[in-house]
Amino acid sequence: MTSMDFLMLTKGPLFQLAVAIFAIGMLARMIEIFALGRAHNYAAPRGSAMAGGLRTMYKRFHTDPGTFKAAPFDVVVGTIWHIGFIVALLLFIPHVELIKSTFGIAWPALPNPVVDAVTAITILGLLAALVHRLSHPVKRFLSTTEDYLIWGVTFLVMLTGYLAYNRLINPYPLALGIHILAAEIFLIVLPFTKLTHIFTAFVARYYNGAIFGRKGVQS
Amino acid sequence: MAPSNPQWPNPRPAAAHRTLGESLRRNGVSRRGFLKFCAATASMMALPPSMAPAIAQALERARRPSVIWLSFQECTGCTESLTRSFSPTVENLILDTISLDYHHTLQAAAGEAAEHARETAMRENAGEYLVVVDGSLPGLGANPGYSTIAGISNYDMLMDTVADAAAVIAVGTCAAFGGLPKADPNPSGAVAVQDLVKDKPVINVSGCPPLPMVITGVLAQYLTFGKLPELDEYNRPLAFFGQSIHDRCYRRPFYDKGLFAETFDDEGATKGWCLYRLGCKGPMTYNACATMKWNGGTSWPVEAGAPCLGCSEPDFWDAGGFYDALSVPPGNTGDTLMMAGVVGAAAGIGAGLAGRKLAKSAGSDHKTVTVDELEQKL
Amino acid sequence: MTEAVLTRDTGAVETPLETPLETPVESFSLARGLQALREEMDAPVASFFSSCVHCGICATACPFYVETGDPKYTPIHKLEPMRILWENEFTLWGRIKTKLGWDKKVTDEMLAEWEPLLYDSCSMCGRCSMVCPVGNDIQYMIRKAREGMVASGHAPEGLVAASVRAVKTGSPMGLQWKTLDVQIKHVETSSGLEVPIDKQGADYLVLLSSMEIINFPEYLEAITKIFAHAGVSWTLSQQCFEATNAGIQIGSKDIAAALVQRVVDAAAALGVKNVISPECGHAYTAIRWEGPNAIKRAYPFKVFHIIEVLDQLRAEGRIKTEGKEDDRLSLHDPCNLARKSGVIQQQRNLMDLVAENFVDLKEHGKYQWCCGAGGGVSSNERAEELKMAAFKKKKAQIEEVSPDRMVTMCATCRTQLEEGLEEYTMDIPVVGLTELIAEHLVESDEERGVRGE
Repeated sequence: MTSMDFLMLTKGPLFQLAVAIFAIGMLARMIEIFALGRAHNYAAPRGSAMAGGLRTMYKRFHTDPGTFKAAPFDVVVGTIWHIGFIVALLLFIPHVELIKSTFGIAWPALPNPVVDAVTAITILGLLAALVHRLSHPVKRFLSTTEDYLIWGVTFLVMLTGYLAYNRLINPYPLALGIHILAAEIFLIVLPFTKLTHIFTAFVARYYNGAIFGRKGVQS
Repeated sequence: MAPSNPQWPNPRPAAAHRTLGESLRRNGVSRRGFLKFCAATASMMALPPSMAPAIAQALERARRPSVIWLSFQECTGCTESLTRSFSPTVENLILDTISLDYHHTLQAAAGEAAEHARETAMRENAGEYLVVVDGSLPGLGANPGYSTIAGISNYDMLMDTVADAAAVIAVGTCAAFGGLPKADPNPSGAVAVQDLVKDKPVINVSGCPPLPMVITGVLAQYLTFGKLPELDEYNRPLAFFGQSIHDRCYRRPFYDKGLFAETFDDEGATKGWCLYRLGCKGPMTYNACATMKWNGGTSWPVEAGAPCLGCSEPDFWDAGGFYDALSVPPGNTGDTLMMAGVVGAAAGIGAGLAGRKLAKSAGSDHKTVTVDELEQKL
Repeated sequence: MTEAVLTRDTGAVETPLETPLETPVESFSLARGLQALREEMDAPVASFFSSCVHCGICATACPFYVETGDPKYTPIHKLEPMRILWENEFTLWGRIKTKLGWDKKVTDEMLAEWEPLLYDSCSMCGRCSMVCPVGNDIQYMIRKAREGMVASGHAPEGLVAASVRAVKTGSPMGLQWKTLDVQIKHVETSSGLEVPIDKQGADYLVLLSSMEIINFPEYLEAITKIFAHAGVSWTLSQQCFEATNAGIQIGSKDIAAALVQRVVDAAAALGVKNVISPECGHAYTAIRWEGPNAIKRAYPFKVFHIIEVLDQLRAEGRIKTEGKEDDRLSLHDPCNLARKSGVIQQQRNLMDLVAENFVDLKEHGKYQWCCGAGGGVSSNERAEELKMAAFKKKKAQIEEVSPDRMVTMCATCRTQLEEGLEEYTMDIPVVGLTELIAEHLVESDEERGVRGE
């Protein structure tokens, strides 16, 4: 197989397959969650559940000062690499073009060198996060094989993107193909692992905010 | 048939005995012009300038080798590229220094005489002649009737001609990789030369068409060193295909700064910004256009404001829309998503209902915890 | 079934309640526990388990982890058996894994191992639910997980005993009306005011907690004075005086429903429109939020915590105070009242009324730290050591602002604070906010007259 064959395989059938598995898996997961429903709540509310839910969906991006003091590394490094991942995913011109071709919507992107720098920082952030996971007693205690696997899948997407952009693997079709393959692995495992939090965290936050909001507490 | 070029030597075997240097001087090329060509060739092949005299010396002494040019499923664009010169250039003249013994478009002879010329050249230069192929051909198992010459299938003619050749040069993307005829759904079962020729060296000079200098450069290198050039994974001479269009593109600084043309007539297009978003395949395309340019160094597609199509790469016809960015996958991802969405919804509803039923039936089976049960634990 | 148990239990106050002997006694089992857990699965639980990334932030919010440093006390880890059941049976992928035999099973041994994690090391304070970056309401799930623990026979003995006493005697401490009656007589003598009992059509039905009656009798006298002062029409009920709900703590909605039903029946019998929960955290969440869901219908009356009522009276200008405490006072927000019920500003309004020198703990209100005794931990003798360990976080918070006294409004918190501060030989008395208000009431001429001054 030549590098071009590999690129066409990853860009063509594998991409469609990965997208299909992702869409099937993720939609099934979401419906599975919502189908369980919630029991009717007979207690008289103090505040609005929906307003609380919607606020918490956003407010959990802001860490409370106590948690920041207790886990500054988690907050800083976690925020950095999550933002870096999202910036690289959504604001890199080739990705914007991909989204435009798929969904017909586009938005302004960042200059390539900016995304390149963000990617480098994200890679460092992910490495730091791994070291932290291996060294922090609670994280090490909680971590399963899946946690390390998902770290690897996420790291590879960023690393291969960085290598492809900087043309550190040759020929380029091979570099791009490897990056696309890494992204496909990410998409395929997403619905079956903790990566679902990308979507379900907002559902979780909504429910959390709604449960507290009903009692008049902004969580 | 095309009128015979007055400068074109007759396909006489005797012509093969004249050296290249003699031939050039007969055609009025100065020593100075010849050395300039040699220096250019050296730099193209990434050789130090000190190699130019060696090239000149080698070329001067080189015997004109016999070349048989086979045209199969092609558009003659490669030949056009090779011959379309405004004035007699050194590239043009280097052609005069080979003994082109068979070429449909260019030869004067026709019919049986033409085929006879080919057979004669093969016989007289057995083991030494070069075969140049442009165009793909119906492969084994495909209907050979899609392309025949003088009642001979392309396959038979290729295998027959290649049998005693020194090497094969596949000129153009069709010959090198199958090109347009092989594009999906490939009705004629087209294959590339290298798919069929396994026992002779095959050099691919891809491009649609390839740069004339690259064709002549490969010949020059062969004549100079008497051996095949260093090749990449696609059997292309590294000297010409070692770097990507993107890496040598004069618009690269705009890519690095993130300045892109988004339509063909916006500000970015006027200012000559990067054409990535307009579908430029430069990053994945390996060719020498950006450095050697076309039409005697006048311009090249990207300089003219057109995104690189990636024509020197295998299957470039099927590698997504010419005007879609490199990152856009071929195929309709939106449709895939919609279909997967329907399947996902069905699976989700099925799984969701099962889960709901499990929770609900646990609820209806609920056995009330009584104080007596608790008391038993004490 | 539930109804039968409920109605039978109401009414009898003085004597131990009859037991429903005619129903065969079910035995707790793993299967029944798992079935109870299945019953608790809902969309929030599924979204929470789907979202956990094992970041461990919840541990930093948990006094039991923070003060022991043992990772097994990480809040989300306490839910592992429930998570495994969810994954195996409520996800498509998990069901496939189960079919292939790749699943991890929830066993009785596992539940036994998790019993101390779910009960001894969790006060259901809900602080973890406030800080989880993906928004998991861990406390909500702990409450649900305890249903499975009860049904599988893995509830701690202390809580089982309290539940049995609560259902059989009407009080988790086995306290009876006659004990309360002595208190009432005492209050009436010392205040010269009447403590209304079983007064039909009163505006407010006042509930008490056994711990309050035993440890802090000042409370009853305080509300008697305040309500007389503000002209509030209220009553106690002989039929049901206990506000606390051991069913909520042990994690059995059936027991909880039986206990809540008594309150509902007492309120209906007296025709009151409002029920006041005393200075007790979990009693308030039990009646205010869980009760209607336990009995599966809305109440015909409103439920207030005493602090809400006092703040309302203050806002209406019905409480007149004089003089202020001039020592440095700080406030402990009970988790159940503040974070879990949204009563946060009210107690501060009341403090402003009577305290010159009030200082809040650094993290307060919805971010306050638990005293360590809630969620049934204080009824679970086995958890004593952990309870005192968890208190160290509160102690550090108190040391940070070094008040002269602490004020709170939950008898459990108050007891824990007193015990804890004593253990660490910190001379900081703890007072109830209601008493503090009562001490500063302006007495009218009439009131003075009643007391013969």
